[in-house]
Amino acid sequence: MREPLLTATDLHLSFGQTRALAGASVQIRPGEVVALLGPSGSGKSTLLHCLAGILRPDAGEVRYRGARLDDRTDDARSRLRRDDFGFVFQFGSLVPELTALENVALPLRLAGSRRRPAEDRARAWLERLGVPAVADQRPGEMSGGQGQRVAVARALVGGPRVVFADEPTGALDSFNGELVMDELIAAAREQGAAVVLVTHETRVAAYADREVVLRDGCLAPDPVSA
Amino acid sequence: MVLPQTLLGLLEPAPRHGYDLKREYDAAFGAQHPVKRAQVYATLGRLLRDGEITVVGVDRVDGPDRTSYALTSDGVTHLERWLAEPEPVTPYLQSVVYTKVVLALRSGRPADRILHSQRAAHLAVMRELTERKRGADLATTLACDFTLFHLEADVRWVEHTAARLDRLAGELT
Repeated sequence: MREPLLTATDLHLSFGQTRALAGASVQIRPGEVVALLGPSGSGKSTLLHCLAGILRPDAGEVRYRGARLDDRTDDARSRLRRDDFGFVFQFGSLVPELTALENVALPLRLAGSRRRPAEDRARAWLERLGVPAVADQRPGEMSGGQGQRVAVARALVGGPRVVFADEPTGALDSFNGELVMDELIAAAREQGAAVVLVTHETRVAAYADREVVLRDGCLAPDPVSA
Repeated sequence: MVLPQTLLGLLEPAPRHGYDLKREYDAAFGAQHPVKRAQVYATLGRLLRDGEITVVGVDRVDGPDRTSYALTSDGVTHLERWLAEPEPVTPYLQSVVYTKVVLALRSGRPADRILHSQRAAHLAVMRELTERKRGADLATTLACDFTLFHLEADVRWVEHTAARLDRLAGELT
């Protein structure tokens, strides 16, 4: 069994009076695709944000490749997100002022890559995702499905170790949702990237190697022990 | 419908006559298809033969004899095992899972575990179908999709029910 890539242990997090996480623990192994499931308000998106270092838990710890992630400075966590993680959200994954090509090239540019090689690589990813025609369009000019495929390209262009996908098909019809998931999972597996996937759609969760079910901020009991 | 296990579940709280069992069955599960009295007695006969129930008394009140049945320890074991096992995954299985949930709630067992196990069993099959679609021809893909959409509807029902277990328990007791 390979060592976990990401480990969350006994996470607690409240927003004011609202308890979002109440002792959630999960492990993600390298290259593994894990779906976080649960009803609305069960804490699945909050858990994803803690694993990704976007949110800091009130208690508990998150470890990435064996080292604490949650107690790093904002800058250190930002660098980690830029260098090691990719993100696909339901809405707003892309910068509206930039073209699709510039959006996909952005992580490479932020990591110090020069414009030409970054855009060459971005163009190759747009082709891979089947949307080379939108390279010069801004997000507002694309369909939802095209935008999400561009977002997948941007999440994967930097060769992340983990892709965090929060309801990546939530705004798409089933056909476009399937196109996005097919490409996301195939590309992540090719690169050996783990995927942490929040979804309320069972057909989307079926792309994962395993599912983790949350209820009231912690994990539902293992069905095997029922 | 899985009559033997359902009768075991209905007998668990206290001994009952065959006629009472039919009435309870119809009230809880027979809205669309009431069970025939002959089916109830034939099933009780098989459960008796297999040692899963036992006769605990015979009453006669202005009419024919009425035999009371109770669960044996073998019957409890059978019921427990059946409740704990997820159903084989096929479309349109809600009625069996619903029966399990009702019987679990009536007996104070954790009904949410039944739903959780069923979701896991469904997802395992959906994962296989999703994998089978990878690189498959369109005919295979559409055949897999047909089943996937039906299984997804099952899981939505499971989740819908899981969110209403407290209310269902209140209505059943």
